[in-house]
Amino acid sequence: MSEIEIRNLTKRFEVKGMTVTALDNISLDIEKGDIFGIIGMSGAGKSTLVRSINFLEKPTDGQVFVGGVDLATLSEKELRKKRSEIGMIFQNFNLLEQKTALGNICFPLEIAGMKRSDAKKKARELLATVNLAEKEKSYPSQLSGGQKQRVAIARALATDPKILLCDEATSALDPQTTESILSLLRKINEDLGITIVIITHQMSVVTQVCKKVAIIDNGVLVEQGLVEKVFESPKTDAAKELIFEKKARYSPVERLHSERKIRIVFNENSSYEPVIANLILKFQAPVNILKADTRNVGGKARGEMILGLPESETIQDDMIKSLKETGLTVTEVEEDV
Amino acid sequence: MFDEKVVEMILIGIKDTLYMTLVSTFFGYVLGLPYGIILNITRKDGLHPNRIIYGIGDFICNIVRSIPFLILLILLIPFTRAIVGQSYGSTATIVPLVICAAPYIARVVESSLNEVDAGVIEAARAMGASNLQIVFKVLLVEAKVSLLTGVTITTGLLLGYSAMSGTVGGGGLGDIAVRYGYYRWQTDIMIVTVLLLIVIFQIIQNIGMRYSAHIDHRKR
Repeated sequence: MSEIEIRNLTKRFEVKGMTVTALDNISLDIEKGDIFGIIGMSGAGKSTLVRSINFLEKPTDGQVFVGGVDLATLSEKELRKKRSEIGMIFQNFNLLEQKTALGNICFPLEIAGMKRSDAKKKARELLATVNLAEKEKSYPSQLSGGQKQRVAIARALATDPKILLCDEATSALDPQTTESILSLLRKINEDLGITIVIITHQMSVVTQVCKKVAIIDNGVLVEQGLVEKVFESPKTDAAKELIFEKKARYSPVERLHSERKIRIVFNENSSYEPVIANLILKFQAPVNILKADTRNVGGKARGEMILGLPESETIQDDMIKSLKETGLTVTEVEEDV
Repeated sequence: MFDEKVVEMILIGIKDTLYMTLVSTFFGYVLGLPYGIILNITRKDGLHPNRIIYGIGDFICNIVRSIPFLILLILLIPFTRAIVGQSYGSTATIVPLVICAAPYIARVVESSLNEVDAGVIEAARAMGASNLQIVFKVLLVEAKVSLLTGVTITTGLLLGYSAMSGTVGGGGLGDIAVRYGYYRWQTDIMIVTVLLLIVIFQIIQNIGMRYSAHIDHRKR
């Protein structure tokens, strides 16, 4: 039994007499202890999907099982109890502005009816876990974005949840802070065994911490699997678009349009070989490196390169063949780089 | 410049004015705060939308607020008499003041609570908070600065209205201003009472605003 099971989930909204399908027949399994990424462009429906997991959004159709329990069968009171077992953090942190860091972390405990002194003790421990022990008296306005998110994480962990939902939790943070929040999430996952669901539009977030990923496009689940697999050989356009992060990159040079382009992904072993140099020496023809990048995918180094091949089609085919023989993943790229 | 009797009268006037203002503000909130909370909860994007309750509450609120205070004061005379036994004097004035203030306060409270960030409410729901817990532990806490500013504004308003009640024998500084200043042409007494009203207003306003700023932790 998976920790979270989503079965044929459909969500429709009525907007000004029009029916909008935010999620269309989505089925998904998230195993206990996973760090599961759900990625999609903005408006793809991923926020609605994550809110279905704690029933902040009730599905129009389909079922959501958390820990084997169908959320739709729970009474309002049982549902609130269930929600306290599912922590959640947000893009805008959503801290109580009029409470201190400590007060914010005590908040879910007070709601659960814990004695104030016990709540404080627990909150202090959690502040230490997120490395903010000295900030207990600070108000959110006195904290930086990263610190606020740490407080929010501590708050989400206060009720000892089994699941932590992260809704664009790093989207308002700079890359360095994002990095530190992600490593904190990874640590929490390892130390406490909490299942983490990460909603994001940034592929880099997924490749850094997630083991598995699901790609949502226009309310439809288009691709899912191990992050390494999806990253190495994305099948759908939506996946490719997210992996190439093309919008964020430089605009392509005119000349490059006509070239035949391939994308190769190095794994750890092939990284030692001078693959490109060998290729050029072997075929005595130049290749054009259009883009090269290394990324940390699920804790492993992955090199990624996009090559423009020489004009001759026979050489192109031979080169692709030769690269595949070295054990690299090779895919043709249509998009501009 | 004034003899002892006038000074004593003015002192009693100050006392009566403060009494009317503060007591009616208090009871205004006893009625208006829950009223405003209900309006906020039942509104379209509230915690528990209910068109009928909101519609009725909204309607009554608008009706009472659209009646000029002076008319309300007279309309309510039988009601006032039934409650406090007489229709004149400062205690009697409190009844129409409260009736007038409650819907106004309800609106102020409703809009203060609306300012609370929807994200924070969502976070509380995600933690498993009930609507009642959200009202008392999130809405009222997060909106406290805005609510307090509302109290200050309301107190100022009721200070003015309590003076208006002087025209129908309400007591307090307004009463003195009308009786001596207007009916007897004793301009000096009128000026003094008006100045005192200004001073009291300033003090209330200052204390309220300073205290609001003091308890606000949003910007530092």
